[in-house]
Amino acid sequence: MALPPTTPPTPPAAGPVVTISGLHKSFGDREVLRGIDLEVGSGEVVCVIGPSGSGKSTLLRCVNLLEQPTAGTVTVLGTEVTDPDVDIDQVRSRVGMVFQQFNLFAHQSVLQNCTLAQRKVLGRSRAQAEAVAMKNLEHVGLADRAQSMPSQLSGGQQQRVAIARALSMDPELMLFDEPTSALDPELVGEVLAVMRDLAQEGMTMLVVTHEMAFAREVGDRVVFMDDGSVVETGPADQVIGAPAEERTQAFLRRVLDPTHLQVGGPNGT
Amino acid sequence: MAATLSPPPVRPVARPRMSPRRRARTARGIQYALLLVAAAVVVAVTDWRQVGVSFFNPTVAVEMLPTLGRALTNTLVYTAAAFAVGLSLGLLLALMKLSSVRPYRWIATLYIEFFRGIPALLVVVAFGYAVPVALGVSIGSLTAKAALALGMVSAAYIAETLRAGIQAVPRGQVEAARSLGMSHGRTMVTIVIPQAFRIVLPPMTNELILLTKDTSLIFLLGLTPAQYDLTKLGRDFLSSATGGLTALFVIGACYLCITIPLGLLARRLEATTGRGTR
Repeated sequence: MALPPTTPPTPPAAGPVVTISGLHKSFGDREVLRGIDLEVGSGEVVCVIGPSGSGKSTLLRCVNLLEQPTAGTVTVLGTEVTDPDVDIDQVRSRVGMVFQQFNLFAHQSVLQNCTLAQRKVLGRSRAQAEAVAMKNLEHVGLADRAQSMPSQLSGGQQQRVAIARALSMDPELMLFDEPTSALDPELVGEVLAVMRDLAQEGMTMLVVTHEMAFAREVGDRVVFMDDGSVVETGPADQVIGAPAEERTQAFLRRVLDPTHLQVGGPNGT
Repeated sequence: MAATLSPPPVRPVARPRMSPRRRARTARGIQYALLLVAAAVVVAVTDWRQVGVSFFNPTVAVEMLPTLGRALTNTLVYTAAAFAVGLSLGLLLALMKLSSVRPYRWIATLYIEFFRGIPALLVVVAFGYAVPVALGVSIGSLTAKAALALGMVSAAYIAETLRAGIQAVPRGQVEAARSLGMSHGRTMVTIVIPQAFRIVLPPMTNELILLTKDTSLIFLLGLTPAQYDLTKLGRDFLSSATGGLTALFVIGACYLCITIPLGLLARRLEATTGRGTR
């Protein structure tokens, strides 16, 4: 099937895809991000790990401005999104996002979920949008469920549809916000497999995750965050395999071997 | 004094005279008996011959038949027109109430509090007499007048219902749409409002049923026989005919013929569209 080109050929982003510098975010008096600096290069897979409440998700949501940063700058695909005059919808249409709770449109079929934004935002025809959607549904192994409603799918299937929906916009960057945290354990694998494929195809990805094995295997770089700051960053093998910082070591001990946790002990809480 | 150690008195386990299960059974039996007695009293006291003549008089009912269809249609038309006004104005008010522009919220709140607080009858009278005088405009069509008067009252209730429905749509739905590059307005129209409508379907049915019955107020606008709604027709027959209250019962049955299918339809819709929700 010969598909018409679906996106105007954008020149490969010169320099980093995401540049975050001096990013602060407060909710009222509570400072959630305390000066984050981070770069994501083209084709790079960066995994963000850290204890809950460390600000990982907020950091991710600041990239496509689902949260408005309090201070600092965020530049995505060459556009400074923190500039008040920026057309954020235009930037968002080039950045895919996958949520912890899937957030499929509950009143629309799987196919409609994947075509809606293509047609309304990118202005594609129905036929064109459906062709792209089917290609991506096939990619995540759910082409046969195109006519199903989201509620008829398992959590893992819903999340794979959510990935297909994001991919249907031909994004240049994918954001994953704990994509497997709401899944039953036996469904985690199918979602991680899709993400691994995506990484191998060269997609630029920023992934907030609790899956250490995935971060180590798929991530080019791992960022460990605690209490609103980046504590340690480096190659995945190094940060997870041989962390330099004491806080990273303590976190990994808790995560990798939760059964030997001593509550109140030196490794505890 | 040497106290003799007597064994502690044996506390008899307080045995209820009737076990809880038996007590429940007896209570249920008494309730049934009461119901039977009440029904028997009603049957014995009622003068059935008189009821037949003055409440369910077939000659009067037959007499009403030729005009009944017209009145039924009129009632349906007034209801539909008023609901159209109420729904569009109600949606506008709901969006105003959720607006980030403060004066819009104030206006919507004022409107809702005002029209929810005064009897619909006053609004209908105002449309019949006060508005033409005050604004110097006279609305020709009776249906338009009825739709505006009843629709404006109904809009206040519908607005509150829709606002609650819009706010009940999970935040993640909005975030997903926005993250795909859809604007706020487009997200509202394609994602939030369709889901809100499904949430508010049951209360909206209530609103439609209330509206159907409120059309009985439009006789205050002055009706020609061709414009009679069900209630006005009933009142006419009530005063002219000798069948006593028969007209009342015929009209009541007609209203039920509208409202009961409405309720069933809503339940059906709810069941079919509800399958899509989580």
